Parts: sequence; C-alpha cells; structure tokens
Amino acid sequence: MSSVKTKRDVLGTSSLRPDGGAKVKGDFAFTSDLHAENMLWGATLRSPHPHARIISIDTTAAWKIAGVECVVTADDVPGQLTYGLISSDQPVFAKDVVRYMGEPIAAVAADHPETCRRALAAITVVYEVLPVLFDPELAIGDDFEPIHPEGNLIRQQRIVHGDTSVVGDVIVEGHYVIGMQDQAFLGTESALALPDADGQGVEVFVATQWLHEDQKQMAACLNLPTERVRLVLGGVGGAFGAREDISLQVHTALLALRTSRPVKMQYGREESFFGHVHRHPATVWMRHHATNEGKIVKIEARFVFDGGAYASTSAAVLINGVTHTQGPYKCPVAVVDGYAVRTNNPPCGAMRGFGVVQACFAHEGQMDKLAAAVGTDPVSIRLMNAMETGDLLITGQPVESVAPVARLIRETNEIPLPPDLAMDANELELPGGSGITAERKHIKRGIGWGVSIKNIMYSEGFDDYSTARCTLSDGKVVLKFATSEVGQGFVTLAPQIARSVLGVTDAVCDTIDTQIGSAGSTSASRQTWMSGGAVDGACRLVRERLFEVVGAQHNIEPIRFAIEDDEIVDTAGTFRMSVIEASQGITISETFEHHHRPTEELDENGQGNCHVAFAFVAHRAVVDVDPELGLVKVVQIATAQDVGQVLNPLSVLGQIEGGIAQGLGLAVMEEIIVQEGRVRNPSFTDYLLPTALDAPVVVARMIEEYEQQAPLGAKGVGEPPCISVTPAIVAAIRDAIGKDIDRCPVRPQDICL
Amino acid sequence: MSTNEFYSLKVNGVDHHVSDAWIGESLLYVLRERLGLPGSKGACEQGECGSCTVFIDGAAVCSCLVMAASAVESEIATVEGLNADGTLTDVQEAFVTEGAVQCGFCTPGLVMAVHHLLDENDSPSELEVKEALSGNICRCTGYGRIFAAVDKVVAVRKGALS
Repeated sequence: MSSVKTKRDVLGTSSLRPDGGAKVKGDFAFTSDLHAENMLWGATLRSPHPHARIISIDTTAAWKIAGVECVVTADDVPGQLTYGLISSDQPVFAKDVVRYMGEPIAAVAADHPETCRRALAAITVVYEVLPVLFDPELAIGDDFEPIHPEGNLIRQQRIVHGDTSVVGDVIVEGHYVIGMQDQAFLGTESALALPDADGQGVEVFVATQWLHEDQKQMAACLNLPTERVRLVLGGVGGAFGAREDISLQVHTALLALRTSRPVKMQYGREESFFGHVHRHPATVWMRHHATNEGKIVKIEARFVFDGGAYASTSAAVLINGVTHTQGPYKCPVAVVDGYAVRTNNPPCGAMRGFGVVQACFAHEGQMDKLAAAVGTDPVSIRLMNAMETGDLLITGQPVESVAPVARLIRETNEIPLPPDLAMDANELELPGGSGITAERKHIKRGIGWGVSIKNIMYSEGFDDYSTARCTLSDGKVVLKFATSEVGQGFVTLAPQIARSVLGVTDAVCDTIDTQIGSAGSTSASRQTWMSGGAVDGACRLVRERLFEVVGAQHNIEPIRFAIEDDEIVDTAGTFRMSVIEASQGITISETFEHHHRPTEELDENGQGNCHVAFAFVAHRAVVDVDPELGLVKVVQIATAQDVGQVLNPLSVLGQIEGGIAQGLGLAVMEEIIVQEGRVRNPSFTDYLLPTALDAPVVVARMIEEYEQQAPLGAKGVGEPPCISVTPAIVAAIRDAIGKDIDRCPVRPQDICL
Repeated sequence: MSTNEFYSLKVNGVDHHVSDAWIGESLLYVLRERLGLPGSKGACEQGECGSCTVFIDGAAVCSCLVMAASAVESEIATVEGLNADGTLTDVQEAFVTEGAVQCGFCTPGLVMAVHHLLDENDSPSELEVKEALSGNICRCTGYGRIFAAVDKVVAVRKGALS
C-alpha cells in the first residue's frame, strides 16, 4: 500500500460545496436572478374564492394597458388542459369552476411587475360562489356533491394483517391532529422561458425538483414534442417537496410562446403560499393492543388526509401514512383504514417526510400512552418493541434494510441531558424569548421521545431510476446528470464519488438539464442512493475501460488493476501509474442508469412489498414550558440516526440539524390557518418559522451500519431528521405540564386553556 | 411603467444613475433589476426574513422595506461590495468551510448580518449571536453550522490579534 500523497475530497470526507464560494458572494445565479434581453414579466390572476363557478372572464381592459403584451386564459392552452403528478386533474387555468382560493385563472405578460399587477386588477371575473367543502370527513362517502369530475375521494386503502380477532391485555387509544405545514423554501417559485426562433419550442430555466417530470407535463399542455421543451435547472432556493408539482412552468412557457419574447415569472411570498402544495393536514385515530408487559399485539388505525382541491401526490402520501402505522416497532396484527380526500382547501402534496410525519405523530403519542398504561417509561416501551432486520411490516413486507432501532434509542439515551435552566437565566433563554413575557419561576421542564421509520425511494412498483454520465479526459472528470440540486449537496457528493472510484482529483459537474436521461425527483431521500448509484456506475464503467486501455499498453490483464489513491496499480505485480498520466490524450465516456429493485403494488388488504428500503432515527427532546402563557422553548434535541455509511459528515450534519428545525416548526410554530377554505396567514409575518433564537442545541450521533442494498452503503438522510422530532417535542411538552395534547403544532391555548 | 424622474444611488462606493424608474420601486428591486446587483435576495417582501440585508450608512436594513429613491443621500453597501479584491472575507470563508451554506438563498443576507454583528461586537456571547441573527431566516440548516461559522471567525480574529 502506498501512503496517501495528497488529501483528496473522496467519499467519507467533509468535501466542501463547489458552489459555496459563489453563494457566499451573492454570485450564484438563482432562477430569480436570471435575465434575458427584451424580457417581459409574467404574473398570475388567482381566485379569491375557495369554490365558485366562473360566469365570465373579461380581459379587454387588461389588453389596453400600455406595456401589457399578452393575456392568456384556459382558452389559450394549446394542448392538454390539465396536469398533475399522479392524476392529471388540475387545470392549467380554471375555466368553468375554481376549487380553491388562489387557483390560477389567467396570466399576463408585461414590461414591469407593476404593469402586471395593474393588468391583473383590470381583468374582470364574474363568479357565482358555491358551497365550500372544507370538512374532509364530508368528502368521504356521498355527503357532499362531487367538487371535481373525479370525485371527492382521491384514494382509499385498507390494511388487514394477521389474526385480527386478537385483543390485548392493555388497550390505549388516541385521536391525533396534524396541522398544515408549509415548506417555506426561501427562494420562491421562479422561471425564465426563452422561446425558440421558430415558435415551435421553448427553453425554460426553472427551479424544480424533477426536470423530466416538468418537461413531460409541460410538453403535453403546450402541445409540443417533449424534445422541444428543454429544461435547465436554474439555481434553486430550497425545495422540501414544494417543487415536485407544476406551479408556474406552463404559464411562463405559454406567455413566452405567445409573445415570442423571453418571459420571467417569480412569485412573491404571499403568492408562493397559494402557488405550491403543502403538507397534508390529517386526523389519525389509533388503538394499540398490548400484553401486560407492553408488547404490541395489534394496532387499529384510521387516517384521513386532506388533499385539498387537486390530487397531486395525495395517493402516495396516503400509502406512506398507512404503511407506517406501526412505526419502528414489531406488530403482528393490524387493521388500518386510510382515506385521501378532495376538498376546497389548498392542494396538498409532497413535503419532507411525506405521509410518515402524520403517522409518526400518532404512533409516538400511542407509545407514550402505552408506557403509562403498563407502568413503564418511554425508553423501555420502545426498546421492548423495537423493530429488527427481518421483521415483517403490517404489509407483509420483510424489513431487509439495516434496522438498528434499539441501538438508536440506546445511543440517544446516552447523550447527556442539558443543564437545568438557571434561576437567573437570560430572558432570551426563557420560553417567549425576546417577547420577555415568561418568568423563570413559572417554567417547567419536560423530556419526550420520538422514534421513526421512513421508506426511502419511490414505492408501489414505480421505477424511479436515475441516469448519469462520466467523462474522463486528461485526468479530469466531468459528470453529467439531471439530478436537481436544491441545496442538499448532490453537487458535492457526485465529484466525491468520481474521486473515490477513479482516483482523480479534478471532478466537476456539468450543467443540470434535460440533455440526458431522467434522474427522478430530488425527494424521498433518494438521490444519494439513486443518482449516487448512477454516478458510481458510470464511473465504474469508465474505470473498466481505462484499465483495458492501460492493460493493452502494458500487456497486463485488466482484471489485475485497482485504483489506489490516485494511481492505477497492478495488484499482482509492481506496475503503477497515476490516473492523470494514464488518461492523457484519451477520452472515455460512459452513461449508466441505476434502478432500485422492483417493488409491488398493495392488494386490497394492503399486503405487498411496496417499499424499497427503510431508514430509522431516534429523537429525545428537552423543553421548557410556561404553563400559564402557553409558551415553549425547545432546549435540546438529542438524536441518533441510521445513515448506513457516512459519505460526507458535514453534509449529513447539515441535513440532521436542518430537518430538526423543520420538525420543531411543525411541533410548536408552523401552521397554515385555513378557515372554510380561506388561507388566513399567507406571509412570513403570520406564518412563523424557526429563527436562530428558536434553534435548540442539537447533539447528533450518526450510526453507521453499511446498507448492503445501497450502491454506496449509504441511506438517504434528508427526511428522517424531521419526522420523529415533532412527536418528541410534543411529548416533552406533555411531560412538562402533565396534560394530554393531541395535536401539532401545539398552540398556546393547547397548553394553558 | 416609467417616469421622467432620475436619481443617483451610491452603492459600494460607486455612483449609479437610476433613470426611468417607477418611484415606488424598493431599493431591493432597483439593486437587483436596474443596477445589476442581484446578490441581495427577496424572499418575503416585508422585512421578516433578512435575505435582502444591506447596509445604509452603516446600519443593517432590509432593502425590501426601503424606497430606493429615499436612499439617494446615503452610502449603500451590498454583499457584492465585500469582495472588491476578489477574495472571500473571513466570514464568507467560514460559511463555506463550516457548512453554513446549503441552498444559499439566505446566505448573502446572513453574511451581511454576521459582518455587521462582528463589526460592532468582536466577542459576542452565544445569545448575542442568536439575537443578532434572529432577523435572518434560514430554512435549510437549522442554524447550527451558521453559529459554527460565527464562532470560527471570532476565534480566528482573536488568534490573529494575540
């Protein structure tokens, strides 16, 4: 073995972001920073009503405003009138009826954003207001007239598993409510569309999670061949699920094609709240049966996910919810009913955690109730029931992934608790913080637990493959893929893979666009596994060809070669040559598609191997609560996360800390308030996000147990951090004040009234 | 959408002529759309998120809340002005090395806020750091690596002095 001569940013190191320098200087081009010569601005007219019939739309006055170049409505959509990720049920523009507050009705293109605003104000729409379906329970069954041709029930799924006649010695039951959370990425929706000179195609720079899915849906609506809708990833200011669905893509491209000029659209914050799907609000009932010791023998559950006006990914969110009913615990018997329904509330779809957040909030509340009922503690009840590799899920699927649940709980439990709150603590450390409302003497401390299981990759038979190309030339590697970089750091990881596999130092990422096969979506904690697998596969193919070239030159069997640091070495001889030297004057390029193993659809009893793999995490929360004012300060989050293999410690830590902050938001701060279909707080003044003062101390352990199924041994780490931290915080609040709280976010009135 | 009015803004020490602007345009809009300085970001339009933080006469402000035409007599400093010599500042360097950057949308505003904090207070307590940065929302990082970046700059600056 040669000693390492150079420190290279290979797998396992905290390689730094290649875009970090540009981002700290303000040089990085987010989509909203893009400009084009002769560019127009686009804007969208939205419905003020959650449910209304459109009697007429008059755009005459808008057309007459100086500077207005185009006004489009549903009548101007050249292709398919609807789009959607799973079901094409959402109109590009509402034509006859609007089904949610904020639904697009028309779009304008003009010379200035202010001209756009005036043009929108000049469009006259006459509505006949209709009764609003805002109660999800009324959407189940025939209690409310269908608000959409596809009906009010988006999907129903039942799970029946094991001998359902079993009754436990101990039975605990709970009703749980999860509020509507917003992804609240900082960079709002934005796109710049450039029409082709012949008017038969368009190039669109867009902030999205899945370029090829956007391309497919846009081409259908624009009635263009797919290859004439070329997408390029503009800089993305966060995503968290909110960029999976079409928002302004079709509108922007349509305006550009109609005006033959570049058009840029960018939502403001208020519009962004109406412009993308949110986390499903849900109600979950669970009843756990257990032995006198506390071992789970059966779980009964009922889920209702409010999908809002259009389907988006509701059908998949529902499946994630119901199939994660048991949490990371052994459970031999289950009866679960789940419903995803259509209402006139805001459309809901993907957000980090994707249905599992809702299930976890309920099953973790249940575990604490069970601990209390059998007279044990939150840690013991979880250890007693902890899932292991090989256990069967309630879907009948065996858990083949590494499943170190008991270890995660133990390691989290080993993390020292924070010191007590000092009697003379600074007011900023008290609940309520700079509001300076709480008094130290009233503060009570609580500790709570949350543990979760999360499927990674797409489920139910969907082949969400990823494609990558590796090109080696003169010791340098260029990687090409369509994987959306939304901040998670795939552009850091991909070159690390190339350096490890090929022994190069100089590895860069090419433009991320649709000029290569799909990478699938940056969601479901899947890109490290899927696109990481594709990059790894492409680099390995290049390595094979390089070995063949060098073997032919030096008369050595290629199979004898290996990469050692930055050299090709003959493992059965003395030959060694640097990769840089070996690749001088040649170019080797290979493309690889990574597919995960096939999955199955569920049958009518919810049985089937529907998921690919699973990741686990444990959280312990410590909170301080002012019971009289209903204020909460999250003091510390201890966590141990099942990561498979750590490929970049700094990136993993960033995902853990960031996910915890979002889970904290859902626990105590973040909720879109919807009253009879109307959104009441679409702004950062009224929708509260965690700030630096709300951030708890995070003590994290990364638990490394190599995942054999994963191409790099690594599990996705994006979603788990935000899932069980929410129930852990709520459990800590319950512990502090001794009161049952069944909803998140926890509001002051839930504590003090 | 224009008027015959024109005015000048002094940004990063350079006078910029602004013509044909609508008088209602915010400083953020004029910096980004008229002066070719898109480093300051807009994310909330109401002074809640700090992404658009600039200095006006040395004070850190949200440029989305300032009418551009009202800043004519002032010295305006933006994130683009931090790198006149092409190298990263210590704060920028620490943001990169400590993992304080993910999507990066909040980053320019946070870099400005950290510079402002450390210009006023060279050894802030943990609470002083949190309070000073509480007007800048980051949705990706959970703030942990941002605090680490601030700690690093403070440590390095102290080391350089001693």
